[in-house]
Amino acid sequence: MEEIGIDVHAHHHVDPVVEYKASKLGMWLFLATELLLFGGLFAAYAIFRAKYPEMFHEEHKELDRTIGAINTVVLICSSLTMALGVASIQRGKKKLLSLFLLLTILFGIVFGINKYFEYGHKFEHHIYPSTSIFFALYFMMTGLHMLHVLAGVLVLTALLILSLKGKFSENYYTPIELGGLYWHLVDLIWIYLFPLLYLIS
Amino acid sequence: MANHTVAETIHVPYLEEKGILSWILSTDHKRIGIMYLVSISTFFVLAGIAALLVRLELLSPGKTIVDAHTYNVLFTFHGSAMVFLFIVPGIAASFGNFLIPLMIGARDVAFPRLNLLSYWLYLLGTVIILFSLLKPADTGWTFYTPYSIQTGTDVILLTFGVFILGFSSILTGLNFIVTVHKLRAPGMTWHRLPLFIWSSYATAILQLLATPVLGITLLLLIAERVFGIGFFDPAKGGDPILFQNFFWFYSHPAVYIMIIPAMGVISEVIPVFARKPIFGYKAIAYSSLAIALISFLVWAHHMFVSGMSEVAATVFSFLTFLVAIPTAIKVFNWLATLYKGSIELRTPMLYALSFIFLFTIGGLTGVFLGTLAADVHLHDTYFVVAHMHYVMIGGTVMGFFAALHFWYPKMFGKMYNEAVAKVAWFLVFVGFNVTFFPQFILGMEGMPRRYADYPPQFHTLHEISTIGSWILGLGILIMALNLLRSLTNGEKAPDNPFNSLSLEWQIPSPPPHENFEKIPHVTDWTYGYGKKNNQEG
Repeated sequence: MEEIGIDVHAHHHVDPVVEYKASKLGMWLFLATELLLFGGLFAAYAIFRAKYPEMFHEEHKELDRTIGAINTVVLICSSLTMALGVASIQRGKKKLLSLFLLLTILFGIVFGINKYFEYGHKFEHHIYPSTSIFFALYFMMTGLHMLHVLAGVLVLTALLILSLKGKFSENYYTPIELGGLYWHLVDLIWIYLFPLLYLIS
Repeated sequence: MANHTVAETIHVPYLEEKGILSWILSTDHKRIGIMYLVSISTFFVLAGIAALLVRLELLSPGKTIVDAHTYNVLFTFHGSAMVFLFIVPGIAASFGNFLIPLMIGARDVAFPRLNLLSYWLYLLGTVIILFSLLKPADTGWTFYTPYSIQTGTDVILLTFGVFILGFSSILTGLNFIVTVHKLRAPGMTWHRLPLFIWSSYATAILQLLATPVLGITLLLLIAERVFGIGFFDPAKGGDPILFQNFFWFYSHPAVYIMIIPAMGVISEVIPVFARKPIFGYKAIAYSSLAIALISFLVWAHHMFVSGMSEVAATVFSFLTFLVAIPTAIKVFNWLATLYKGSIELRTPMLYALSFIFLFTIGGLTGVFLGTLAADVHLHDTYFVVAHMHYVMIGGTVMGFFAALHFWYPKMFGKMYNEAVAKVAWFLVFVGFNVTFFPQFILGMEGMPRRYADYPPQFHTLHEISTIGSWILGLGILIMALNLLRSLTNGEKAPDNPFNSLSLEWQIPSPPPHENFEKIPHVTDWTYGYGKKNNQEG
């Protein structure tokens, strides 16, 4: 009881090992819900692609493959730095964790800046979500994904602040691992979006 | 909380602290459960008043009290508030929150702060939905396209509110699944879990896996209106049937999100008041999971007349019949539990028996509707309205009332007036049947749902139905007054007034903040009633 502290209803009401396992299970379940959220869009993509193959073929040429490819590389690099961050703190290297978190955040921001210019070009060419079913899919899928990148960057920034305050060690790094899981999912979804929208003709 | 030392806080009854902040900032699962209970009950009453107005308009042909648009608004509010604000969070969020840690022998849910966040999201969703009433939607609770894209009413706010509520539902489900997996007391094996836990677990899976699909559907609907995308708009090459598929992919499992927790309640109440061990424990437990699984495979039975191939319709029809199997398994096991029991007709038991009777009618009429040929005739008639209300009121609400009267002493530490509660039950039971049974006949005769007006030949049955709604309303009013009055005037409740063997009854009423002084070691299941050498003496 002594270690429970004043607020007995805070998250410390169970022992750390159980809490670690519970948190990880919770995160995996959350990732499942994210997949289902995007699942609706993937289903819509499949249905409309089957219905309008010519439209998909013609309009996907309008997308900027170069920026798409750069962003793919950027996100893959960010996943690498994230994984290195987790590996660092598991070995107790706190400064290295902060460094890798910072790099991951920067990659996320670069991704966002690229997307900003990409969308900007589309609007200049008067391409909007209402232009066609294909562009509706393009904007909805990449837009929802971008929101997730944004959320990820915010979460990682919070983790970076905690990390700089020295909250994490080789004995306690659950939030880092959870943040990492989330970030990898965001990356993974993009790995599917890129070929589906930009590459397949 | 900071005023108390640790030792004090743990033993203080959870209701002790006063003040609104001590509630809305509390991460105690019991307080969060009570907050849900109060919130959903409030919306039950508001949406119920809308229903009474709908019935009043239908008292006689022609305009009775409101015009057709207002009527559409009323049934839309009734439907969406009952579904999204009352019955989906419903028993799972209120009693689930209160009971799951108590029943499995834990101090709280796995993520108490996330739990509080779920409640705040629920509140945020309700506030947004209430704001949408400034220009209330008239789409019905199903938001079917293309009408929901075209109507000038505030569909965006309403659906955005429902979207937020979805988050609340997902996080609650996630929390419960992890709690049941990771926080069971020593010796509380899966096959010793109370059946309410099994049903909460099955419900949580549905909340987790189905709700995100509703989320994306509503986001797309909002994008149709805001950005002019055309997924669901035939004029833009989209497909309105796609919306129906998406919508029911969530909303059919959601039907089971609504009913499975009530089944869990019935499984707890019946053995206590029959003084017999539950019959077919494992069959009941696994049938909850079976219902949850099958519920993902039957959504298209809502769309038999929307346009689909005969092959698809036949497949979905047969898959729909499959649901009847695990459902019937539960009903037969409850009946077998009652058989030769020493039945005590306390109020919770009366509601539980009503559940079995009414839910069976609701379930069987569901089989009619799952039958292709019959559905073509009955689709979108009052038969569907009656069927749905037999399941939702006859099932879920009866289960909710059973739970309310069963766990009330534990929650509030007070006893309600049993005689008044029985009078209220009688009125509810009679009023419900008088309201909804005539609607089966109305539907058979061809009265379509969602119309503000009807030809004179339907007058008598509509009149009976409306009078029934008054009896039902009166019954619920008496019930509510009895429960509210007992909060202050009720006798002090003993720790275990109904002699239940379940863990939550072995601690004080109302329970202390930390639930258990010492985490219990569980050595047996909770249904050992009527045997020698148990706590009944």
